[in-house]
Amino acid sequence: MKIVIVDYGVGNIQSLKFAIERLGYQARLTESSEEILNADKVFFPGVGEAKNAMAMLNDKGLDQTVRQLKVPTLGICLGMQLMCQQSEEGNTQGLGLLPCVVKRFENHLKVPQIGWNHFDWVKGDLFQSLKPTEYMYSVHSYYVPLGDWTIACSDYGTPYSSALQIDNFYGVQFHPEKSSFSGSQLLLNFLKL
Amino acid sequence: MLTKRIIPCLDIKDNRTVKGVNFLDLRDAGDPVELASRYAKYGADELVFLDITATHEKRKTLAELVLKVAQQIDIPFTVGGGISSIEDVSVLLQNGADKVSINSAAVKNPPLINDLVDRFGSQCIVVAVDAKKIEDQWKVHLVGGKVPTPVDLFEWVSEATDRGAGEILFTSMNHDGTKAGFANEALATMSKLINIPIIASGGAGNIHHFIEVFKKGKADAALAASVFHYKEIPIGYLKEKLSKKGIPIRLVTKETIQRSIK
Repeated sequence: MKIVIVDYGVGNIQSLKFAIERLGYQARLTESSEEILNADKVFFPGVGEAKNAMAMLNDKGLDQTVRQLKVPTLGICLGMQLMCQQSEEGNTQGLGLLPCVVKRFENHLKVPQIGWNHFDWVKGDLFQSLKPTEYMYSVHSYYVPLGDWTIACSDYGTPYSSALQIDNFYGVQFHPEKSSFSGSQLLLNFLKL
Repeated sequence: MLTKRIIPCLDIKDNRTVKGVNFLDLRDAGDPVELASRYAKYGADELVFLDITATHEKRKTLAELVLKVAQQIDIPFTVGGGISSIEDVSVLLQNGADKVSINSAAVKNPPLINDLVDRFGSQCIVVAVDAKKIEDQWKVHLVGGKVPTPVDLFEWVSEATDRGAGEILFTSMNHDGTKAGFANEALATMSKLINIPIIASGGAGNIHHFIEVFKKGKADAALAASVFHYKEIPIGYLKEKLSKKGIPIRLVTKETIQRSIK
């Protein structure tokens, strides 16, 4: 199985590679459109600021590449947010795979949300053998609202999509590569899709 | 619901854990990676590695250690100790650190916080502050608490927040090493003042102290070293107790530990 991690210059993606290796698989970091389009599983990570990240993706022409993907693709954190139509962060145009706007947390709680949160509910194969009571590690100031695409719901002052799916595109707001046993299980579930 | 975090801190010198550790069944108690995996497995929510190496080789050896930790540890970790430039931070993040903590360098040059945040994002920039209460005034201290400054603790953490810090790691020098509890009053004041997470450090001696730091100190996370290293407080047991007191906490069950060992 060919596993790639889209490397467009953002954030800590070594950790994701290491987490996949700990599960006994090999993943390649790549910015080659050809290599990404020939993969069996694609990870689309993201850490940092939306506008900047989207600009880097566009500069490398990888926005078109990601949109064309037909294989299971997992957006992580900012990667998931960039799958949406638009983000309030820097008023950024996303990939437009989901017809929704990424919003900033507007509540009395601390922003960013940093730490371990659990789910109100989960559904689908990505969460096989994972219970809603399992915790995942997140760091974010913006969130994807609930919608038809939501496959896991968590709450931080407001309920939000902690995971989503539209066709072959999956997204998780948390960092499975940093979420101990539960995160490893989710990565394994994705690799077995 | 977001949980409170329990964070063991490992002091590192020349790539070895110092201050001593007391895990009888570890092959090598001084190996930070082995100790870190142990903590991760038994329910630590994050780890902090504080490098106190003073040699010229420091930067290179720390980067190597960070890479090893990132390969083996599946929870987030922060690296601190003498970090003073964009280059320092860049190397550590590239090697797999999730966050870095900056301390003296930020007090000496506050715009460094803005520069790091613009470059790497708030989420990975922790501003660590050592402070001491002198005649009712909390004053920031530098170089691991050795050098006093006239800077007021609360003014400084507000400024650091405004400059984009993602978290504050506050160590009370009055409480550090005393095992008599955290600086709950100062922590609660700080929590009202700033709207980013606060990690409390200094003073952990027993389970009650952790209950208090979350209930009275309103801390988002509690950091400790010796009570964990010397196995005075097993992390799993601590978390069960906190949960029973109604504090939201991530419990690691025996089943999950078993599952991960297989």
